[in-house]
Amino acid sequence: MHELSIAMSIVEMAEEESERRGGVHVSAVHLKLGALSGVVEQALLSSFEMAAEDTSLQGARLLIENIPVRVFCPKCSSERQLTSIQNFSCPVCGAPTPQITCGRELEVTALEIIQ
Amino acid sequence: MTEPRLVEVRKNVLKQNDVIARALRERFHQAGVFVVSLVSSPGSGKTAFLEKTLTMMRPHHRVAALVGDLATENDAARLARSNAPVKQIITGTVCHLDAAMVENALQDWDLVDLDFLFIENVGNLVCPSSYDLGEDLRLVLMSVTEGEDKPLKYPTIFNSADVAILSKLDLATAVEFNWDQAQRSIQSVRPGMMVINTSAKTEQGMSEFCDFLVQRSRMRAAIAV
Ligand SMILES: [Zn+2]
Repeated sequence: MHELSIAMSIVEMAEEESERRGGVHVSAVHLKLGALSGVVEQALLSSFEMAAEDTSLQGARLLIENIPVRVFCPKCSSERQLTSIQNFSCPVCGAPTPQITCGRELEVTALEIIQ
Repeated sequence: MTEPRLVEVRKNVLKQNDVIARALRERFHQAGVFVVSLVSSPGSGKTAFLEKTLTMMRPHHRVAALVGDLATENDAARLARSNAPVKQIITGTVCHLDAAMVENALQDWDLVDLDFLFIENVGNLVCPSSYDLGEDLRLVLMSVTEGEDKPLKYPTIFNSADVAILSKLDLATAVEFNWDQAQRSIQSVRPGMMVINTSAKTEQGMSEFCDFLVQRSRMRAAIAV
């Protein structure tokens, strides 16, 4: 399980950002989580709670936006959303779609702060 | 109490790892060493496969290996039997290698003395997928004893790898391994993925695999110039 070390990085990032802004209180962290990030949402949520304990982030919420995998279909010449990460083929025409356009995200996008 | 205010940040959580990995990749390229990482489940025959690879390549190339071992393991000792330089990275309870661990392990090695560096990750098909180690080629290894649907159970790691190695092919008949079904599973999670059939025991596919690495390293050298 590597979610704890990832949660600790998220807490660290939020703390740095809070300090940079003069020690504002962070009440929530917004995170984009791709289906191919290799991170399990539930494990990350409970790890975040643990990682935030005894830091200025204690009690802050982690708000996760799940990002599905999108691929480029060479046959349709369009971007498509995969229905399952077990099946990298175009949901419209069935062509194999190795080219990923998004879905690997593991990104802090915003913080909710209280001044 | 005032209402919370939303401020945009946009920061990749693994940025620190990615920065180190990028620096490592540049160092590897400058030193002319081709770096291959291996991921697999525990018990997939990864260490036997790597030991055979090191033994077969060592007479012709300067090879070395880094091995990620949990506190309870000692794959490094097995690999050292190949007489290639081997260094153990004890990860303790951490289930994956990261770029900083690789960087630390390489501190007293002169990379220009190497042609190929192998990095054996901790036996785990989940956690290693998120961490770039600066490698040129990531291999995912699965043995015929693990079942044809292994890639469907771990699509993320198969998708993050460049080449799939089927190991323990000598046992294929005994376990009634269905090669076509395994191939379909692999292609479903990573269309176009190259699959190499091997057995460290009978040496089936091993010299082809070594030739493939040499060819890939030459391709990279040509691009680097
Ligand atoms: Zn299509």
